Amino acid sequence: MTSLGRLFRTTAFKLIAAYLVAFALFAASVIAYLGWHTQRLVISQATEAIQNESQILEEQYRVGGINRLVQVVSRRARAPGAGLYLLTSFNGEPLAGNVLNLPLHFLESPGWKEIEYVRSEEARGAPSRALVKVLFLPGEFRALVGRDIVEREELRRIIIQPALWGLVVLVVLGLAGGVFVTRRVLKRIDQMTATSETIMAGNLAGRLAVDGTGDEFDRLALSLNAMLERIEALMMGLREVTDNIAHDLKTPLTRLRNQAEDALRTAGKDEEWRAATERTIEESDGLIRIFDALLMIARAEAGQAREAMVVFDLAETATNVAELYEPVADEEGLDLVVEVQPPLPVRGARELIGQALSNLIDNAIKYSRPDLPATRNKVTITASREGARARLVVADQGAGIPEADRVRALERFVRLEASRTQPGSGLGLSLVAAVVHLHGGTIALEDNAPGLRVVIELPLEETPPA
Amino acid sequence: MAYMVMSTNPAHISSAPSTTTSDYQPIERSLVAPNAEDFTMRLLVVEDDRDAADYLRKAFREAGHVVDHAADGEEGLVLALDGGYDVLIVDRMLPRRDGLSLVAELRGRGDKTPTLILSALGQVDDRVTGLRAGGDDYLPKPYAFSELLARVEALARRGGPQAADTVYRVADLELDRLAHRVTRGGQEIVLQPREFRLLEYLMRHAGQVVTRTMLLENVWDYHFDPQTNVIDVHVSRLRSKIDKGFEPPLLHTVRGAGYIVRDIAR
Repeated sequence: MTSLGRLFRTTAFKLIAAYLVAFALFAASVIAYLGWHTQRLVISQATEAIQNESQILEEQYRVGGINRLVQVVSRRARAPGAGLYLLTSFNGEPLAGNVLNLPLHFLESPGWKEIEYVRSEEARGAPSRALVKVLFLPGEFRALVGRDIVEREELRRIIIQPALWGLVVLVVLGLAGGVFVTRRVLKRIDQMTATSETIMAGNLAGRLAVDGTGDEFDRLALSLNAMLERIEALMMGLREVTDNIAHDLKTPLTRLRNQAEDALRTAGKDEEWRAATERTIEESDGLIRIFDALLMIARAEAGQAREAMVVFDLAETATNVAELYEPVADEEGLDLVVEVQPPLPVRGARELIGQALSNLIDNAIKYSRPDLPATRNKVTITASREGARARLVVADQGAGIPEADRVRALERFVRLEASRTQPGSGLGLSLVAAVVHLHGGTIALEDNAPGLRVVIELPLEETPPA
Repeated sequence: MAYMVMSTNPAHISSAPSTTTSDYQPIERSLVAPNAEDFTMRLLVVEDDRDAADYLRKAFREAGHVVDHAADGEEGLVLALDGGYDVLIVDRMLPRRDGLSLVAELRGRGDKTPTLILSALGQVDDRVTGLRAGGDDYLPKPYAFSELLARVEALARRGGPQAADTVYRVADLELDRLAHRVTRGGQEIVLQPREFRLLEYLMRHAGQVVTRTMLLENVWDYHFDPQTNVIDVHVSRLRSKIDKGFEPPLLHTVRGAGYIVRDIAR
């Protein structure tokens, strides 16, 4: 299709064309009305004047006979700016008047007529139009009285024609304007289309141009850009996760394979086979856990656990999970301090919150430094009420996380350098973050000086649990 | 910077309790070897995957049980309605009639045969829908056979005390459920409330292997993965209270499976 064809098919152009047609129709009807009215005015004035005059002439004839009439007509015909007058005898011989050369057939019947004529005194002039009335008088005399209606033509020339021309100009300008506006719109749209095509082709960093005028295209571009931003972030996240999964699953899979291969090569005694098989099962269990954790995160992020949500007491859950870990902490030489303000009714998936809390306490115990003699290490779990939110804090006195790494620490499979040597999948904190977001809460990693404080806030369910 | 995130170190998962009572020798139990005081269960496995079904049939038979197999939901329903099974093991996704509908249909007809649902769907809400449909237990795939066996044995509820019993006894260990009192050889043992519930569960299933996840589910009411050996530490503490200084030991670790309370001398 040609570019002009494309132009005509745009919504903007169609709109402009429709407006133009409507406006032209309106303007034309106004002009027609105006023309018709002025014409009527001219005619009715002429009609009235002719009517008056013919009455006067008839009157004069009745009073003074043909001689008087000849006199009156002659006088009137000579007056400046006069109408048309003609008086003939029964055989058509002109007796008086100013249109003596008028063809006689005009006088053959009485009544109103519109005629073209040339005045006697200016015989060489152009013909002009007039409205006339033919009177048959007693004695076979015929009189013609008329008025120029050349004003009507004049009016048409002055009003109607410029108006019509104006209309033509308007339509032309309107179409030109439509083409101009449409081309501008089309240009923006084409730009957007071109940009989105490069984005579709893989350039996820591409953004739509915003020209800063704040018009509807800018607003559209801004919101599309925001969407692209989000998609890019998600894609980046996905890519990172895929890379990490590939890495973090390949490591245990390789180990698994190596162990089996090693057993095949070297194991001879039953116990050796048995030990190798047990290691294989343990290694598989580790893989299964990673998959479970990934699935759980994915489902929490997708909001799929919402149907399992109930109202439960967060304080009770915190106490229970802490109690589950208390002996482990004790073995590690740590104090597990629990401070709760029951009741803290929260709507959510109790199991997921329990799992999240368990991950946090497990981390806190794992990264505490019981070897440091200075103070007895503590892991503190507090659950309290902060306005309309429940605040859950798990704090340890370990090495903590430097501020720069805190956001990254919540991401999937991120294992900060120093923890690479420790066992773990790098999924625990990201599971916690996913669970917290699923429940409409917030999570923050803070400095416990020394150590890490994980602060979670969840909305309280105002009606207490039944 | 030492934060990472969760332990997947397999060493934590299945190792015997590491510390306080290391004088304890774990019982060796092959994954499929029958228990000492075993009984024979009649089981129905409804599973469409032939390999999985063959594996289950073989493993349960080696554990001394009788196994029937149905390859789809309709066949499973017909066999189950014929009755006579101690436990049904039903896969959740089956051709012709899915596992949940099978269980719901059985329950609708008043059949109360204990049923364990197996499923690749292992999330909290899947479990909830599984149990709501009438299942008595829910085990996500992939599972360890020892876990399945322990759960099926627990469902069969044979050999242990009846639900109405108020006092559980194993050798000279007595647990009074009403008085919340535990004695061994007439000597009172003071337990924390949680330790009491732990022992209560173990003794209710005396003679049966109880897995760590079963303990977490039934004593703590959580189904999540505790990652570290938390249960082992709780059991070690309990063991140090009920077995230390007494003969014979009653609370045993079953390697690769879990724990069992029983009187070996019997």
